[in-house]
Amino acid sequence: MTNADSSSFRLHGRYRELAPHLVPLDYTNNPDIRVPPTLIVTMPELKENPFRDRIVETFSEDGHGNLSFNDFVDMFSALCETSPRELKTIYAFKIYDFNRDNFICKEDLKKTLNKLTKGELSPEEVLLVCDKSMEEADLDGDSKLSFSDFENMVSKAPDFLRYGSTSSTTKRGGKSTWLPLHNI
Amino acid sequence: KGRRKRTRRDQDDKGRKRDEEVQAKIKSGKSAKTRKHIKYEKKRKMEEKLEVEEGEGEERHAKRKRKHGSANKEERDEDGRKRTVKEKAQGVKRKKHKKVQRHLTHLLCHSSEPSEEEDNDEEDNEEVEVRPESLSSEELEKLKEAVDERKKLIQVLRGKPWPMKKKCVTLWILKKESQEFVEKYEGALGKGKGRKLYAYKVMMTKKWMKFQRDFENFKTACIPWEMKIKEIESHFGSSVASYFIFLRWMYGINMILFCLTFGLVMVPEALMGRPYGTIPRKTVPRAEATSAMDFAVLWDFGGYAQYSVLFYGYYNNQRAIGWLKFRMPLSYFLVGVGTVAYSYMVVIRTMARNANESGVGDDNSFNFNWKMFTSWDYLIGNPETADNKFASITTSFKEAILEEQESRKDDNIHLTRFLRVLANFLVLCCLAGSGYLIYFVVRRSQKFALDGLENHSWWERNEVNMVMSLLGMFCPMLFDVISALENYHPRVALQWQLGRIFALFLGNLYTFIIALMDEINLKREEEKIIKFNITTWEASLYNGTVSENSTAPPVTIQPADVPRGPCWETMVGQEFVRLIISDTMTTYITLLIGDFLRAVLVRFLNYCWCWDLEAGFPSYSEFDVSGNVLGLIFNQGMIWMGAFYAPCLPALNILRLHVSMYLQCWAVMCCNVPQERVFKASGSNNFYMAMLLVILFLSTLPAIYTIVTIPPSFDCGPFSGKQHMFDVIQETLELDFPAWFGKVFSYASNPGLVLPFILLMVLAIYYLQSTSKSYKEANVELKKKLQTVTQISFSPLALM
Repeated sequence: MTNADSSSFRLHGRYRELAPHLVPLDYTNNPDIRVPPTLIVTMPELKENPFRDRIVETFSEDGHGNLSFNDFVDMFSALCETSPRELKTIYAFKIYDFNRDNFICKEDLKKTLNKLTKGELSPEEVLLVCDKSMEEADLDGDSKLSFSDFENMVSKAPDFLRYGSTSSTTKRGGKSTWLPLHNI
Repeated sequence: KGRRKRTRRDQDDKGRKRDEEVQAKIKSGKSAKTRKHIKYEKKRKMEEKLEVEEGEGEERHAKRKRKHGSANKEERDEDGRKRTVKEKAQGVKRKKHKKVQRHLTHLLCHSSEPSEEEDNDEEDNEEVEVRPESLSSEELEKLKEAVDERKKLIQVLRGKPWPMKKKCVTLWILKKESQEFVEKYEGALGKGKGRKLYAYKVMMTKKWMKFQRDFENFKTACIPWEMKIKEIESHFGSSVASYFIFLRWMYGINMILFCLTFGLVMVPEALMGRPYGTIPRKTVPRAEATSAMDFAVLWDFGGYAQYSVLFYGYYNNQRAIGWLKFRMPLSYFLVGVGTVAYSYMVVIRTMARNANESGVGDDNSFNFNWKMFTSWDYLIGNPETADNKFASITTSFKEAILEEQESRKDDNIHLTRFLRVLANFLVLCCLAGSGYLIYFVVRRSQKFALDGLENHSWWERNEVNMVMSLLGMFCPMLFDVISALENYHPRVALQWQLGRIFALFLGNLYTFIIALMDEINLKREEEKIIKFNITTWEASLYNGTVSENSTAPPVTIQPADVPRGPCWETMVGQEFVRLIISDTMTTYITLLIGDFLRAVLVRFLNYCWCWDLEAGFPSYSEFDVSGNVLGLIFNQGMIWMGAFYAPCLPALNILRLHVSMYLQCWAVMCCNVPQERVFKASGSNNFYMAMLLVILFLSTLPAIYTIVTIPPSFDCGPFSGKQHMFDVIQETLELDFPAWFGKVFSYASNPGLVLPFILLMVLAIYYLQSTSKSYKEANVELKKKLQTVTQISFSPLALM
């Protein structure tokens, strides 16, 4: 087996162990099986992530989080550490866009912030942070962030989007037990 | 040929139908909306195609087979095989490369339909035959180019947010092309061998990258206490963590100092010097022998502890010891100088590095955005780690919010200024008052000492220590209250507080040094008397045995019985060691009582107390950053002062810092609560470094003074018998180096040469400073330009 084949074999194994009663071993007939999001977010890589629901929704075709095997592969290839930066930016924008209107508006920012801080900040503080963020990144002045605003902001980040990179264990990453996605 | 064409078209149609399905599926799915921008063009083209083409039985078959496209290896193989059989006899490579490259580039950059182009391509090239043997070197070059182009195209493909199916279609096309390539030019590419070597190289590169990654991780894991500090940072903020980072950095310095003193001073003397008991300076005197092993004496660093490698007095002044001819006195002197020089170098280098970093990483243009979108670590899978991360993100947001609120504060500037001036005036009065008090008390204690200590009460004997302790306890609290007038940003307030307590503690230092100097002078007086006595004692030894005119045979005397000089250097070393020990004990006990006991009481008495102990008085303590930092800095100052006279000090300090790290980390997590207003420590830590530098300077002054002016004791230490301690250098130059070396040195130390050199260095410093200032200004200008350019480039979007 080539490297790619063994990886896809392992991925299929991971997909199957989420819902063994749903996912058949044999994919030669390309069955149309989708695993519901409640099972997918139990994966160790996603379990502790505050944005796990959004991630699963973004990669699903129906927008509700039901992932077929192809979507599953899509998700992991985008989150993989060897995937290119531009791709990650595109998907990051989709993930943070809660209402899926192709703009990150203030409501989206509030939801993001609350998920990140687990509701520890007071409402005034949340408002302050969202206002400041909008002020910083909104370059065309429509009080919502378009993809170009987002991309511009993220590309300048010093510690950009370490979805799955080693430097998370260096400076400001905190402890991370290693579940490297590149092993899949 | 016709057959070939037809089946090929079938394949192409299969591919096209595949894409059609993809498009159809996307159309139906909700996520079509988000992919609209990218897929719009393709859909349009697809619709056109659908009108033009006819369905075939095989197409339906292909539909069923290709429904979930990607992971099906057998399908691909089968098709691939079919293809290669047909195409083995085709294609001139040059034309083919260009066409393939062109159409693939077109495919990926313009998101257009692959198959129509492919069709044209195949039809054009099917006539031409291949000739692998006729490859010239330039054709080989072109081959390599083509392979690289392919790789680039694959990279571009990976960056597209297309669904997996679409990517696999394109990849399948690419793979098909490359398979043709390889099979055609196997001969030229060096059949099996070449491929194997290439595959091997690719595998090794991948393995090397993985190894590098793992090594980076390993290096990070090796940083001591990193996890502990990260945990503290996530719960308490970066200012508390900065103390622990500072502590860790100090530990590193002390480790080096320890290695120097242990390896080059203590170990050689212990291994190669004369053993205990052979000469008077290495033996406990007869009078003290009975109590030499008592714990109380040992704790006080007397007895056996005093007459060991731990202190200056033990070392022999023999010029070279052991079979290595190790120059002990020279080594002792150079290590002493080296520790100070190393410390200076490290502190200044760290300051310079911090100054550099603060300039570079200071981009705050998207601070809140970055915190929101890029702070979560997607690799976290452990619930505890996740908790820490949430806490750290929240703390970091609170810090940023505080900064923002502070910058928005808009007070009456005149009132603020007046209050600040008033506060500083009060503080100065306080410091002047305490300075005078210290001076007064020290004079009194000197007078008492002259009178004889037994005549005075306990208070009068310990007056100096008591006054110092009381000042140290109450003045910082007073400064804290006064600083409430000033209304500074918490970080700035901390720095002022540190500066003021620092000034207060300098008074402490002053008293200590005065006391020490007095004792040294006393000991030197004593030494003169003893020297005189020894000559009479020696004379008395020979008195009874021989007449005056004959040479006296050597009389063997036990080393323990020989009368000893008071050895002021060992006394100084002992003072420092005692000070460090008592300081350490005080810190730990204060920690246990002040923090731990308090926390326990608050926690458990709260159940049966009238008011809420946790919310009101006394509540849990906060971590006192300023007190701890100053404690650390002054402790280090003591080490630097005393290391020359007590080589064991760095070792003691290592032990102390090690224990401190664990104890304080535990105490912080267990007994302290985060501050109300969490503020971000100044990223550079240069403030601590500056204080450390001042202390370093101040503490090496007395040591240098004593080395240069006071003659060493006559019977203890490695410099005994010399006029000055630094004479050892002179001696080494004369005896160990060739003659011309000495001459060169004497020329070099000529003031006529040294003064111009100093002038040159001053000019160099001035020049470097002015260039660095101009660079900083240029940097700021460029940043501003960059910001305006970004804004300008985005304003057209607003018009759209």
